[in-house]
Amino acid sequence: MSDKSSFFAQSSSFIQRRSFLKYAGATAGTAALVLAGCKDDAPGVEPANTMVEVGSADNGVLNYAYALEQLEAAFYLRLRTGLYYTTIATAAEKQILDDLAKHEKTHVDFLKSVIPSGSIIKTLEVDFSSINFDTRQTVLMAAMTFEDLGVAAYNGAARYLTNPLTVLTLGKIVSVEARHAALIRDLLTYNSFTGSDVVTQFVPASGLPGDGTGTGLEISKTPARVIELVNPFLKDGSKLVAASLA
Amino acid sequence: MDFIKIITEIEKIDPEIYERLDTRRRVFQHVSGLGKKLSAAALPGLVSMLFNKAYGQSGNTSLPQGIVDILNLALQLEYLEYYFYDKVLTTTSLLNTADAAAVTAIRNDESGHIKVLREALGTRAKPQSAPTADAFDYTAGGRFPNVFTSAAVFFTVAQCFEDLGVRAYKGAAPKLLSNKTLLETALNIHSVEARHASHIRTLRRGLSAGVSGPDAAQALPSLTSLATKPKSWISGTDADGPSAPFTAAIYGAGSPAVGVAAQLFYPAESNVTQVGINVQTTPMAPTNELPLNAASASEAFDEALNDGVVKDIALNFRSALGASIGLELFQ
Repeated sequence: MSDKSSFFAQSSSFIQRRSFLKYAGATAGTAALVLAGCKDDAPGVEPANTMVEVGSADNGVLNYAYALEQLEAAFYLRLRTGLYYTTIATAAEKQILDDLAKHEKTHVDFLKSVIPSGSIIKTLEVDFSSINFDTRQTVLMAAMTFEDLGVAAYNGAARYLTNPLTVLTLGKIVSVEARHAALIRDLLTYNSFTGSDVVTQFVPASGLPGDGTGTGLEISKTPARVIELVNPFLKDGSKLVAASLA
Repeated sequence: MDFIKIITEIEKIDPEIYERLDTRRRVFQHVSGLGKKLSAAALPGLVSMLFNKAYGQSGNTSLPQGIVDILNLALQLEYLEYYFYDKVLTTTSLLNTADAAAVTAIRNDESGHIKVLREALGTRAKPQSAPTADAFDYTAGGRFPNVFTSAAVFFTVAQCFEDLGVRAYKGAAPKLLSNKTLLETALNIHSVEARHASHIRTLRRGLSAGVSGPDAAQALPSLTSLATKPKSWISGTDADGPSAPFTAAIYGAGSPAVGVAAQLFYPAESNVTQVGINVQTTPMAPTNELPLNAASASEAFDEALNDGVVKDIALNFRSALGASIGLELFQ
């Protein structure tokens, strides 16, 4: 795996690759990342040295994906010790949650392996203090939030990619997240797999295909919006910023 | 150049020319500033713009042919799906209340996708007029004779269409990278198809257990009976799909099936190597509480299909009429 850094970099070399990232405080072992030379600091964000900047272009999106997958994987690991999983969940629900835990862990490990060591973000510290892991409703609602958000995030970040291979590779992950999302939604409310909060509803005007209002499209989200929604689940020092994915 | 004469000539061929121009009256906003100073030299450009707006809608004339082909294949797949669901809803009483609600939701999504794709393609949409249900043969040449009389068969075919759609859009996405808007649109269809596929699979587990509605989501999958009790995601090659051997191609490899890590290639759904990394045996994989195996490693990644293989599969569902009206991208 020594040449892992080359896979996604090759066909994006024509892009002017500004270097936003520098490791800071390496001797302190904090692995904190700071913005260096960034001209596009968003106003009102916390001081840069407390945030994790994901970077730009393909590596930025891969880091962004890596962050979201870390959050999901940590969630499915954490719920295994909660009262819902240990005593309430049905056999089917346990089987589903076990699969999801494996899938998300697999995504984390893959992304950790494929992102060049010089640009990968650190292992994030999560904060699930707002989630009640003891009831079915609260656990599955949180799972739904993370899965739906993952889909919206991947779809909304693809425009920052430059390499077709990265598009394909992340496409392989996002459809699995969508499958997860649909099943969790069906567990909570059967037939809500494409609910109006995640898919723009198409309302037919006649019996003819394509005639009506709406689109039937997933409601993708920008990195800025997704980060707003996920940062409450990350500890200080692990909160994300994606200044270049905008 | 006599502009009115041109319109009149076009009217002989297209009686709706005035309506086309009229319903898109906003195109005139773009030329209003020109006023009287419009020179003869500028007229051909103006006329060209006017007709691009009237017939072509938003800028499709600039789309590269490669992208047009991708979108047209997607459009024809959407028609295939739309009429499949519409037909069961409008011509049969096969489905129970819960499943009819789901199929209605899915049909409407597909209809929205048709609208979005046609808007992107404008005059370059193929076929130019919407096909009818008769353009498709949902028995696939007699392989599924009971497709509209047996719920089990109907949802078998539904799973095929949805899983195929996911693979098709995934294969198309990298080719849309030059157009960020269309890339995001295609991905926003792709994930909706995956949601459909997940639900159909959940529903089929219920069918196998003799339950429907919320109980279907409580039915257990079986790794040894994936054809009838699939997970909501694809595990390995799903035992070659719900109706092997016919459905094997939907879960099998595309072309090229193999390649070096940095290239685009299309392995079967059972693939566990991503960008040169074996995601099952990577050193960071857990070995204790949640042991990974080939099944879970393959489930974690859906695989794409190239357009040629997608067409080959879809062609099984084209009727003679469909061929005659020019669903040529299935060829």
